[in-house]
Amino acid sequence: MSDLAIVEKLKAKFSSEILDVVEFRGETTVTVNKENIVDICTFMRDSGGYNLLCDLCSVDYLGQAPRYMVVYNLYNITTKERIRLKAPVEEQDAQIATVSTVWGTANWMERECWDLMGITFVGHPDPRRILMPADWVGHPLRKDYPVQGPDREPYQGRLS
Amino acid sequence: MGVGQPTTLGSGFITTSLDKLVNWSRASSMWPMTFGLACCAIEMMATGAARFDLDRMGILFRASPRQADVLIVAGTVTKKMLPVIKTVYEQMPEPRYVIAMGACASSGGIFDTYSTVQGIDEHIPVDVYIPGCPPRPEGLLYGLMKLQEKIRAERNTFGAAIGIGEVIRS
Repeated sequence: MSDLAIVEKLKAKFSSEILDVVEFRGETTVTVNKENIVDICTFMRDSGGYNLLCDLCSVDYLGQAPRYMVVYNLYNITTKERIRLKAPVEEQDAQIATVSTVWGTANWMERECWDLMGITFVGHPDPRRILMPADWVGHPLRKDYPVQGPDREPYQGRLS
Repeated sequence: MGVGQPTTLGSGFITTSLDKLVNWSRASSMWPMTFGLACCAIEMMATGAARFDLDRMGILFRASPRQADVLIVAGTVTKKMLPVIKTVYEQMPEPRYVIAMGACASSGGIFDTYSTVQGIDEHIPVDVYIPGCPPRPEGLLYGLMKLQEKIRAERNTFGAAIGIGEVIRS
């Protein structure tokens, strides 16, 4: 399915955690359970050589269950290989373990993710807002957040 | 020369009103605060640089609000930046003037979103609005000249300076 050997090793070690493996136009995406995300990320770093977390972000699939998906884009600086990990997060239990212990750069990325999407990263060393003002209420990148803010009438079109 | 309407009292003398003297000195040395927020700041820098040369009008950018007379709000004002702008405005000594440069500072512009202030005039008083996205240096120069006109039209500026009455703005 994938020519990346690490996917086979990952399947062998975490067979019950892998939900899906997709390869599309040379990009490999592995969907995993969120429960063991720290172990999986540590394995990817130590055994797969993915020593750089390029980006950590999240997607809001409003109306679907599970609603959120936390996305980890990994890069192997030595072999110049990329892989993407995804972990679904439910709306009622919007939290996932922090990987800032695996890659230090995850610290600010997880702060941004919590700030804008409201996904709590359990065990995060510094869980503050990073982009919005410190006293902001709400998480504005959620699909059900009004674009013009909760205190304004929503835009009804140019001629309204 | 150049103060009000000089008459000939011999060399070295002119007559004018004290208000006109004060207004002349204020309009001829409007020192803006160096405060750029977005792309409008690039045009503001271009206006200050050699080609358009704000210095020839006595407009020198100052790096401290304590020395500034004019606050040019040059760019998009986010809600996170708003307290900073308010602090800078409050730190400026009176008389102080505010120019809303560009669509964003005047009305929020294209950023009709939760994070953007929909016009700086919701929070601090604005004297001159300059349209454009961003305004060309000519636009900023015209706005500054409009502000000079506004300053020259003020009355009782000398009286207010020595504590008699308030400045009358038409």
